[in-house]
Amino acid sequence: MKLNFQVEGGNFAKAGAASSEVKKMLKQLGVPPMIIRRIVVALYEAEVNIVAHAQQGVISVDLHHDKVEIELRDKGPGIQDISRAMQEGFSTASEEVRAMGFGAGMGLPNIKKNADKLHIESQVGEGTTVYITNYFAKP
Amino acid sequence: MELARIVEIVNGRVICGEEKLRRTVKYGFSSDLMSDVLTINIENLLLMTGLTNPQTIRTAEMADIEFILFVRNKKITSDMIKLARENDIVLITTGYSLFRTSGLLYNAGLKPVY
Ligand SMILES: Nc1ncnc2c1ncn2[C@@H]1O[C@H](COP(=O)(O)OP(=O)(O)OP(=O)(O)O)[C@@H](O)[C@H]1O
Ligand SMILES: [Mg+2]
Repeated sequence: MKLNFQVEGGNFAKAGAASSEVKKMLKQLGVPPMIIRRIVVALYEAEVNIVAHAQQGVISVDLHHDKVEIELRDKGPGIQDISRAMQEGFSTASEEVRAMGFGAGMGLPNIKKNADKLHIESQVGEGTTVYITNYFAKP
Repeated sequence: MELARIVEIVNGRVICGEEKLRRTVKYGFSSDLMSDVLTINIENLLLMTGLTNPQTIRTAEMADIEFILFVRNKKITSDMIKLARENDIVLITTGYSLFRTSGLLYNAGLKPVY
C-alpha cells in the first residue's frame, strides 16, 4: 500500500498532518505501539524539517507486510554538510521556526535514533531527500 | 499522583479531557523545545510548557503524551482543542509560571525524567 502527502514549506498549522495519518494507518494495521512511536517520531521530525527549512515536499509512504519505507523529497535550500547537520545542536532555523518550538538541532539525531535505516541525499540549492525504513518486528 | 490533584495544586483549569482526571500521572517534563519532548519515551507523563500552538499538540500525539499543562494562562485556540480531542489528550492551563508549576509538582512527588 502506498500513500502520498504534499507538504508546504512554512505552513506550521498543517505540519504533522501526514505523520498523523500514517500513525492512524499503522494503528489500524495492528503494528505494536512502541514500533509505531519510533516510526512516527522519525517521520514527524522529517516532515517538520520540510516545513521549517524547505519550500515544498512530497512524502511517500510504502507499507509492506513487514516494514515501512518512507521517502521525503523536498525542493529547498538543501544541506551543505550532512554530517555536520546530523550533530546534535546544529541548526540554521529562523527565528520564526524557533518561536514554534523547533530549531534545537535535535531533529536529525532523533530521526537517526528512531529509524532502523536512514539515508539522506541533498543538493545545495535544489533540495533534500530523506529515506527512512523501519521494520515492524526487529530484523 | 492523580491528575485531579495536579490541577488542584497548580490552581489549574481543565480545557478538555475531564474524563481522564482520575488517571495517575507519574512523571513530569517541562520544555518549550518540541524536539526535546520527542526524545522522551515514558508513559503517564505530564508535559508542562509555555509553548501554545498546534505543534505542541501534534508533538504530544507523536510522542504518545496524554497530558499537557500550559503555563502563564496562554491562549489555547479552538484548533488546538480540536486536535487534542481527536487524540484523547488532556489540556490544562494555569496562571503560574513554568518555574513555579514545576517546583510545586516536583515537591508534590511528580518524578523527573532526567
Ligand atoms: N529538509 C531540509 N532542507 C534543508 N535543510 C535541512 C533540512 N533538514 C535539516 N536541514 C538542516 O539541518 C539542520 C539540522 O536539522 P535538525 O532537524 O537536526 O535540527 P532543526 O530542524 O534545526 O531543529 P529541531 O529539529 O531540533 O527542531 C537544520 O537546521 C537545517 O540547517
Ligand atoms: Mg528539525
